[in-house]
Amino acid sequence: MKKILSILLIFALLTLSLCGCGYEYHNLDLRAKYTREYAGTEITVYNWGEYISDGADGTIDVNREFEKVTGIKVNYLTFESNETMYSQVKNGGVKYDIIIPSDYMIQRLIKENELQKIDTTKLSNYDLIDDRYKSVYFDEKNEYTVPYNVGMVGVIYNPKLVGEVEHSWNVLWDKQYKDKVLNFNNPRDAFMTAQMLLGLDLNSENTKDWNKAADKLKKGKANLQSYVMDEVYGKMETGEAAIAPYYAGDYLTMVETNPDLKFFYPKEGTNIFIDSVCIPKNAKNVEAAMLYIDFLLEPQIATANAEYIGYASPNTAVINNEDYYYYQNEILYPSEEDMPKVQYYHDIDDKIRIYYETLWVQVKLY
Amino acid sequence: MNKKSFGNQLLAAPHVVWSVIFIVVPLFIMLYFAFTNADGGFTLENVKQIGLYKKAFGISILYAAIATVITLLLAYPMAYFMTKVNISSQRMLMMIVMIPMWMNFLIRTYSWITILANTGLINTFLGKLGIEPLKLINTPGAVILGMVYDFIPYMILPIYSVMSKIDKSLLEASEDLGSNAFNKFRRVILPLSRPGIISGITMVFVPSVSTFYISQKLGGNKTMLVGDVIEYFFNAGPDYYNVASAISMVLMVMILVCMVIMNRFSDDDSEGVII
Repeated sequence: MKKILSILLIFALLTLSLCGCGYEYHNLDLRAKYTREYAGTEITVYNWGEYISDGADGTIDVNREFEKVTGIKVNYLTFESNETMYSQVKNGGVKYDIIIPSDYMIQRLIKENELQKIDTTKLSNYDLIDDRYKSVYFDEKNEYTVPYNVGMVGVIYNPKLVGEVEHSWNVLWDKQYKDKVLNFNNPRDAFMTAQMLLGLDLNSENTKDWNKAADKLKKGKANLQSYVMDEVYGKMETGEAAIAPYYAGDYLTMVETNPDLKFFYPKEGTNIFIDSVCIPKNAKNVEAAMLYIDFLLEPQIATANAEYIGYASPNTAVINNEDYYYYQNEILYPSEEDMPKVQYYHDIDDKIRIYYETLWVQVKLY
Repeated sequence: MNKKSFGNQLLAAPHVVWSVIFIVVPLFIMLYFAFTNADGGFTLENVKQIGLYKKAFGISILYAAIATVITLLLAYPMAYFMTKVNISSQRMLMMIVMIPMWMNFLIRTYSWITILANTGLINTFLGKLGIEPLKLINTPGAVILGMVYDFIPYMILPIYSVMSKIDKSLLEASEDLGSNAFNKFRRVILPLSRPGIISGITMVFVPSVSTFYISQKLGGNKTMLVGDVIEYFFNAGPDYYNVASAISMVLMVMILVCMVIMNRFSDDDSEGVII
């Protein structure tokens, strides 16, 4: 009898988790604004992992609210890197209606004619986008993209372990911090730290520039505790390491756990990136995709996303919202005088890319 | 009895099909990629590039060799001890050796981070005693330790299985003929347990030399073993499938050579194989 009972309980739990009955819809009052003309159709959305508000802890589940408002079913898929996304879109097995790549990858996709134009006049909320994030190099005429998130790289440090530090990339090379320093475990970002310090162009097409940066990285290796990506959270939060370059939005997550941590943008300048919403050429449900983009720009939805993700929003309805958790946060939204010098990554010629990606192994083997 | 019946062959069929699809075919795919360029034309360019990664091969062999020696030194007395206790204790010891193997090796490796870290168990304890923290993690020593820890059961089990089959009467005979304990070990036990040692060395050295995760987690990503280089290139995308295949091929050849050498040392019908 006990066995039967426990089996029944397991079934009950399973069905509960399958239908996800836990989520309560928010009262968004968007019904009147959005047409239900496309109810019953489907769109496929391809986004970064952990890059949309998903209803956890009482937040808004953006995809489910969209489904409720428009009746359009959302197939939501995620990727871990621009390169994975690129190969998926290129091989064409799945037809995506919405993708959210970063700047340099958008440049490549436009060059290869993989994106279709977005008629922004049809987006009721497009005017909310801050002009600073319009007409960026990869889409100067604002034909293909709608900005979703903005981020910059900076340096996180722990004054309890190393005191105050110089606001320069040089801290990664400073001998007094030996074995307390981390760096990125991916070639482009790691090279960026050296390129910025040496004053080199991040998008140099000259192999000599990459060699110089590689030599600098090799010199810094003795100082380094380890190369990390996601492990940076644990290492900085527990005090295992004291200095690490990482994305500003992620610093805000870390400081919630370890309030000792501080952050700066190096004086030499840093990398800025924009992730933007695009519609691939072979999208099947363009009208529904347009509704989805407009929905992402809705003030309540954009705020929910900005709070969940923790990166800077290009949406003025979020930036000027006093109830927004990161309202006037000086790390996400530095004032003009505090704004660091920034450079975007551009799509680099394949030969150069293969050159520095191979060079990275030599840095590791040094 | 040499002639297998049709029924017996049928029983082996699922495994044969499996091996062909998942071992033989991928091997040929690897060979194809190793000797072609991005357009599919024949080239030796990939193989020529391997010189760039000789340091990765060098440290992989060095670390694996050190790990194998340490493993052997630890495992041999353990296996010997296991044969000396009564049957129920043997079963218990066997379980102690086996249980860690049932856990995923990634988790086992990860647990060492929390032990060796600057803020980890050992250094916290030393800190309480007022001793300066030791630099344990992100060192070659930590990587080798990880290898020893992960692969030691593969050394203990074959040696134990061979040793436990040594005929007791041979040991008694050597004593009757006047051997002291040292001579008994050197001239009877050691030669008879050789197949187990050979098999253990192969089973520790081969996975150590091709491992990749341990060096990343315990070595702080600061160096690359051959396995790490291969993983990096396959993750970096299709541009590198050819180079990565060429490196994999060389690693395969290295492992085959190692196995041939080890086979030379062992007798024809080695008993050291587990199971």
